Amino acid sequence: MKALERHRKLTAIWASEEGFKGWFSTVNHNDLGRMFLFTAFIFFIIGGLLAMLIRVQLATPHSAFAGPEIYNQIFTMHGTVMMFLFAIPTFEGLAIYLLPKMLGSRDLAFPRLTAYGFWCYAFGGSMLIVAMLFGIAPDGGWFMYPPLTSAIHSPGINTDFWLIGITFVEISAIAAAVEITVSVLKYRAPGMSLDKMPIFAWYALITALMILTGFPPLILGSVLLELERAFGLPFFQADLGGDSLLWQHLFWLFGHPEVYIIFLPAAGVISTVLPVMCRTTLLGYGWIVSAAVALAFLSFGLWVHHMFTTGIPHMGLAFFSAASTLVAVPTGLQIFAWIGTMWKGRPEMHLPMLHILGFFFTFVIGGLTGVMVAVVPFDWQAHDTAFITAHLHYVLFGGFVFPIFAGIYYWLPHFTGQKRFFYLGQLAFALVFIGFHVTFLAMHWVGLLGQRRRISSYAPEDGWTAINLISSVGSFILAIGIALILIDVLLHIFTAHRGRRNPWNAPSLEWAMITPAPAYTFASLPHITRRDPLHAEPDLAVRLARGEGYLGTPRNNWRETLCVDIASGKPEMHVIYPTNTRLPIVMSAVTGLFFLSLLLKFYWTVPLALAGVAFLAWRWVWRLGHGHDPEMQPCGHGISLPNAATVERSPGWWGSAFLLTANATFFAALLFGFVFLWTVAPGWPPPEWFAPSVTELGTGVIGALVAPLALGHAIRVNRQGGAPFPSVIIALLGIVALGLACGALMWRAPAPTDHAYGATLLVLGGYGVFHATVAALMGGFLAAQIRQGYTSATRRAAFAIVRLWITYTSLTGLFILLAAHLPGLIP
Amino acid sequence: MLIGAAGIFGLVMVLVGLAFRRKDTIDGDGQQVRLWIIGFGLVFPALVLGALLLYGLTIGERLSPRAGANVVQVTAEARRWEWRFTYSDAPALETTGVLHIPAGLPVDIAITTADVIHSFWVPRLAGKLDAIPGHTNTLRLEADRPGTFQGVSAEFSGAGYDAFAFRVIAHDKAAWAAFLQGQLE
Ligand code: HEM
Ligand SMILES: [Cu+2]
Repeated sequence: MKALERHRKLTAIWASEEGFKGWFSTVNHNDLGRMFLFTAFIFFIIGGLLAMLIRVQLATPHSAFAGPEIYNQIFTMHGTVMMFLFAIPTFEGLAIYLLPKMLGSRDLAFPRLTAYGFWCYAFGGSMLIVAMLFGIAPDGGWFMYPPLTSAIHSPGINTDFWLIGITFVEISAIAAAVEITVSVLKYRAPGMSLDKMPIFAWYALITALMILTGFPPLILGSVLLELERAFGLPFFQADLGGDSLLWQHLFWLFGHPEVYIIFLPAAGVISTVLPVMCRTTLLGYGWIVSAAVALAFLSFGLWVHHMFTTGIPHMGLAFFSAASTLVAVPTGLQIFAWIGTMWKGRPEMHLPMLHILGFFFTFVIGGLTGVMVAVVPFDWQAHDTAFITAHLHYVLFGGFVFPIFAGIYYWLPHFTGQKRFFYLGQLAFALVFIGFHVTFLAMHWVGLLGQRRRISSYAPEDGWTAINLISSVGSFILAIGIALILIDVLLHIFTAHRGRRNPWNAPSLEWAMITPAPAYTFASLPHITRRDPLHAEPDLAVRLARGEGYLGTPRNNWRETLCVDIASGKPEMHVIYPTNTRLPIVMSAVTGLFFLSLLLKFYWTVPLALAGVAFLAWRWVWRLGHGHDPEMQPCGHGISLPNAATVERSPGWWGSAFLLTANATFFAALLFGFVFLWTVAPGWPPPEWFAPSVTELGTGVIGALVAPLALGHAIRVNRQGGAPFPSVIIALLGIVALGLACGALMWRAPAPTDHAYGATLLVLGGYGVFHATVAALMGGFLAAQIRQGYTSATRRAAFAIVRLWITYTSLTGLFILLAAHLPGLIP
Repeated sequence: MLIGAAGIFGLVMVLVGLAFRRKDTIDGDGQQVRLWIIGFGLVFPALVLGALLLYGLTIGERLSPRAGANVVQVTAEARRWEWRFTYSDAPALETTGVLHIPAGLPVDIAITTADVIHSFWVPRLAGKLDAIPGHTNTLRLEADRPGTFQGVSAEFSGAGYDAFAFRVIAHDKAAWAAFLQGQLE
C-alpha cells in the first residue's frame, strides 16, 4: 500500500463528520483539543476584559464607573473565569491535543469521555457567563467564604450560579484528569518505558493526579454549601454546630494545589520548548521529574498558609510556614535545571524563547514575594492587600501565561502547518512584558501602602491615586499586547505559507507527522528506543507514513491502537475505539439539565435528569459489548495482541480505578469535615444524638461483606467456564442491603436542619445510598450482559470493573455505618 | 528581606543572561548536574530558606500574646459595617467605630463577629486577625505613644466593604482614666 493510499483510508476511518455538524459528534482528540483551547481562549478574553474593567474602576479615586454591587461581580468573575474557565481548561486542551502525538498513540484512552468533558465545560462555563450578562453573577470573591455567601447574607441566585456552575465545570476537569492519567500510563508507543517518556507527559501525569486529589475537596465544599443554601443544612453556621472555617479548609485544600496544577503544565511546556530553543537536551531529566513529584506532594500540605490570619495556633503556623518555604526548593531546582540547560546549549532568540525569558523574569519575582508572604509576620501585614493580588499575578501570569504563549508560538506550526513570517510577535511580547510589570509592580507598591484588595473605591487622601493610575495605564498596554498576539495568531492561521515539517528540529514524536495533524495522527505506530526519537531517526516520519511501524494496515473500518505495560512499555493489548457519536453531547446536556434544575429549584426534574444520565451511561457502556470472543490480532512486527475486552486490567478498569481515587478523596474530605466539626466547631455537642441500631448496622455490614465476596466468586466461576449469574445476583442483594442500611441512616438522622451533626449524617447516608445505587446498576448491567451472552471466560473485563466499584461501595459503606452507629454503641 | 530578595533575583537574572554568551566547550552532563541541580537547586535554597524561616518564627514568637500582669482587656465585635468595642475595665462603656486604648500598655483585643467574617487591622500597631463567627481570636497590641491610628476591616464583606474602617485612639494616663469614668467626649 502506498503512503497516500494509507493516508486516504485512515482518514476515512478517523475523520469526524463534515462541517460544523462534526463538532457535535466528534470524539477525536485533534478536534476536541482544539475546541478546548479555542473555548479557553475565549474565556481568557472575557476574563481579560473584566480585568480591564477592574483597572478602569480603580484608576481614579471615588470612581463612579461601577457601584460595589456590580464591581463585586466583576472581580469575582474575573478570578473565577481565569482560574476555572481559562487556566485549567487550557492545560486540558493542550494535553488532550498533544499527548497522543507525543506518546506515539492514535488517540486518548476514552475518546467519548473527552467529548463529554468538553461539553460539560462549555455548558457550565456558559451558565456563568449568562449569569454575568443578566447582572446576577457571583459576587462573593473567587473563594466564596461563607457566611458571606450563605443564604442569610447572599440570598440571591448569584452564589448558586458559582456553586453549581463550577461543580458542573469540575466534572470536565475530573474527566480530563482520568483520561490523561490512563492515557499516559497505558496508551504509549511500544518500547516507550516510563524513563523514555517525553517530559511533558510526566508533567501532565502529575498534574492529572493532582486534579484527581485536589478538586474533590472543592466539589465537596460546593455541595455542602449548596445544600446549606437550598435546604438549610447548617454546615457552615456557627450557632448550629457548623463552622465557616470548614469551608476555608476545604477551599484551600483545593486552592493551594490548584496553583501548582496551573504551574506544572506550564513547567512542562518550558521543559519541552527550552531545550529545543537551546539546541540541546534537558539537564537533569530524572531530577526534574522528582522535583515535580515532590512539589505535588508538598503542595497538599500548605493550604493553611492562606489562613494565617484566622487565628491558627502558633505551632500550626510554624509548621505551615516551614512547609510553605520548603516548597520553594523543588521549584528552585527546576528553575536552575532550566538555566543549566541554557548554559549547556546555544540559546536562540526565537519568539518562544522570548516568552520563556519573560517567564524567568516574572516568575522568579513572584516566587520571591511568595516566600516573603510565607513568613508569618509579614503575611499578617500583607494579607488581603493589593500586594497579594500583585504576587498572585506574578505567579500566575509569569508561571502560566508566558509559558503558554511560548507554547502557542512553538506548536502553532503544528496546528496549522504554516510558518510564521511577521515581526508582530516581537512587538506584542514587548508590550505584554512592559505592560504587565508596570501594572503589577505598581500594585505591589500600593499594597504595601495599605490598599486592600477587593475595594471598589478609595479616597484621594489615601495617597494612592497616582500609583493606581500608573497601574491602569500599564494594564492597557498589556491589553494591547495581548490583542496583538491574538492578531498575530489569526494572521498566521489565515495566511497560507506552507512551512517544512518539524521546523524547530525538535526531538519529540509529535513532529513525526504531516501538519496540520491528520485525524489518525500516525499512519503506523513507532517503536521507541530513546527519549529523542526524531534525533535518533530523522526519517522516522517518512517511515511511519510508509506503514513500517505497528498497525500499519487499515482494516475492518477499525480505529485501532495499542496499550502497553505501564513501566516497560511492552505492547500488551489491542484497542478498538468507538467512533463518532452524539452520545457525549446529549449526556452532558442531560447532566446540565440536572444542574439547571437544582439552580432554578425545579426539583421535580432532578430525578428525571438523573434517570436520563443513568440510561445514557448504560447505553454508553453497552455499546462496548462483544457478542463473541475476539481473536488475537496481528499488530505488525510479528506480534499478536489480545483485545482489551479479554484482559483482567482493561482500560475501563484503570479509568475506574483513577475515578475512584478522586472519589475516595471526596469521601476522605467528608470524613475530615465530620471530625473537624465534631472537634473544632463551636456549638457541639448536638442537642440529640443518633440512636444506633444493631439491626441496621448488622444488615449493612453483612451486605458490605457479602457483595465483594460474591462477586469474587462470580469471577472465579466465570474463569472456569461456569455460570456466574447466581453469584452476581447475590452480590446485588448484598449491595441492596448496604443501601437500605444507609437509607435508614438518612431517614433516622436527627433533624438535619437543626444541627450540623444531623446534616452530616444525612450527607454520609446519602453518599452510601448513591454509591449503592450506582453499584447496583453496575451489577444489574453485568447480569444483563451475562444473560445476553456478552461475557465468557475470555470476555471478562467487565467483571473486574464491577468488582472494583462494588468493593469501593462496600468499604465506604462500612466507614459510614460505623461512623454513625459506633459512637452510640460504645458506652 | 527585600534586599535579600532583590539579590537573589539579580543573581538569577545574571545567570540567565550569561547563558547567552558564546561557548566553545561544553562540560558533560554529570558535572552540570552537580553544579546546577545540587549546588544551585538544592543547597542554595535550603540555606536561604532555613535562615528566613528562623527569622520569621522568632519574630512571630515575639508578636504573639503572652499572659502579663498589666494587660488591658477589650473586645471588638464586628458586624456589617461597624465595629463595637467594649472594655472590661468599664463594663458599661461601649463605643462604635472608635477603639480607645491606653498608650504604653499592652492591650488584648478579643475579636468576634456578629455576622460574616471580618478582619481587624491597624497597620501601624499590629498585623491583622480575623473575626470568625463562633470563634474568638485575641490580638495583642501596644501603642508606644498617645495618638490616633487608622484601622480597617481587611476581609471582604460585601457591598459596604470599601468604607468599613475605624479609628484607634491611644490616650495618655490621665485621658485613659477619664475615658474609663465616662468623662471623655
Ligand atoms: C490579563 C491581565 C490581568 C490583569 C490586568 C488582571 C488584573 C487584576 C486585578 C486588578 C485584580 C484585583 C482586584 C482587587 O481585588 O482589587 C485581579 C484579581 C484576580 N486575578 Fe487578575 N488580572 C489579569 C490576569 C489574570 C490571570 C491570567 C489570572 C489567573 C490565571 C488572574 C487571576 C486573578 C484572581 C484569582 C484574582 C482575585 C479575585 C478575587 O479577589 O476574588 N488574573 N486581577
Ligand atoms: Cu497557597
